[in-house]
Amino acid sequence: MAGIQQLSTKHLLGIKYLKTEDIRLIFDTALNFKEVINRPIKKVPSLRDITIANLFFENSTRTRISFELAEKRLSADVVNFSASSSSVKKGETLLDTVNNILSMKVDMVVMRHPAPGAPHFLSQHIDVNIINAGDGTHEHPTQALLDAFSMEEKVGNLKGKHVAIFGDILHSRVALSNIFCLQKLGAKVIVCGPPTLIPKHIHKLGVGVEYDVKKALAWCDIANILRIQLERQDIKYFPSLREYSQYFGINKSLLQQLDKQILIMHPGPINRGVEISSDVADSDHSIILQQVENGVAIRMAILFLLAARKSEARQQGL
Amino acid sequence: MNKGRIIINKNRFSLTIERLCHQLIEEFDDFENTCLVGIQERGVMLSDRIYKRLIDITGFDDIQYGKLDITFYRDDFRQRSKPLAPSHTEMNFLVENKKVVLIDDVLYTGRTVQAALSALSDFGRPKSVELLVLVDRRFNRHLPIQADFKGITVDALDEEYVKVAWSNQSGEDQILLYPDKKSME
Repeated sequence: MAGIQQLSTKHLLGIKYLKTEDIRLIFDTALNFKEVINRPIKKVPSLRDITIANLFFENSTRTRISFELAEKRLSADVVNFSASSSSVKKGETLLDTVNNILSMKVDMVVMRHPAPGAPHFLSQHIDVNIINAGDGTHEHPTQALLDAFSMEEKVGNLKGKHVAIFGDILHSRVALSNIFCLQKLGAKVIVCGPPTLIPKHIHKLGVGVEYDVKKALAWCDIANILRIQLERQDIKYFPSLREYSQYFGINKSLLQQLDKQILIMHPGPINRGVEISSDVADSDHSIILQQVENGVAIRMAILFLLAARKSEARQQGL
Repeated sequence: MNKGRIIINKNRFSLTIERLCHQLIEEFDDFENTCLVGIQERGVMLSDRIYKRLIDITGFDDIQYGKLDITFYRDDFRQRSKPLAPSHTEMNFLVENKKVVLIDDVLYTGRTVQAALSALSDFGRPKSVELLVLVDRRFNRHLPIQADFKGITVDALDEEYVKVAWSNQSGEDQILLYPDKKSME
């Protein structure tokens, strides 16, 4: 088999730390899991000796369900934890919380945390595999992987393809992970949104900036539209949602003005009528629901590949 | 690369495949309610060959044939020194109430077959499962699994390695015996 057979990293903290071959390996493996989850019996016994803790210090529906389904379809044992109903409220530190959970013999941790870098911090203190399910405004690696996987499924190899990311780039961990992932796969990336929501030094990542939605749409083959993250905006970045949607919302008439078909993506949750209109979200160009389906396959692949690495370490007595 | 000892040459090889096909026809007649399932990846080399030959001999072109990848079902995937790379599963039918012929190239410890049996159960409850292998390494079985149809029985030491070579991969159909796995690579 060409390429590598195991991941070069013990944790999935961010796309930044993955090699292109790692991404390819994850995609190849995910393809096999996609076949599995479309069977009448959608379950394989690969991880039956593994216990996984899902630590969600921040709200989530899609990612959490997707991870939980991926874990269950690999036959892992799963414990769920959410900050709102836990001792975190009583003042326990992150490390204490996690160490307590680990002393109950957990093999892997999937964590979402509002603080950027929280999974990195943990990875320096604990021994188990850590998967970052979103850390603040930093990275959301599994989302980027499933996005790129879904794109390749539709348009083939991403080398040289044009991808535009629209919306709240400043607060978006999906944007950063997407940029790293797409660039590693050879795509060209621009971001588009109001100047206040575009990070000042983003061009240093090799990303183009466009403030005009029409121009950005005309340039791109794929439009990845992100949500306005009101919960992270402590100040006003634009006058009103209505104004935002008038200037930066993607609607049918904008797409009809183009002389080509572009692929429409959104990582969810959608704010219908704000960043994307309903007719676009539900149109044939939109692959929003396929993204969700692929999310389970991608997460199964990551869990499977990290578990395979772990056993190797155990054999060598590490 | 070293030279392994040829235990079955090209001519015997095709005779053996021929015999296995006829044994299947004898057993399953018109292949009604019967399906062939090859185990990825090397078992599929054999099952492809048998499937094609069966169509040639019988003229039936509606024999059900699937390819099963068992990577996710292996009980040793976390204990192997080399990670396993999964292949594609192509099973576009259910095995519910069917007679299944499971096909692999070499039967040795029986662990692959065990994994294949549990993989198979995810496609329904078969009426019966029979096992066809080209090479049966009699010794060092870890599990109580035996083949129903076999090409050749080989008595080899544990450290020895039996390899089935295919004309479309390595130029000639033959079965080779190597003193150990390293000398083959």
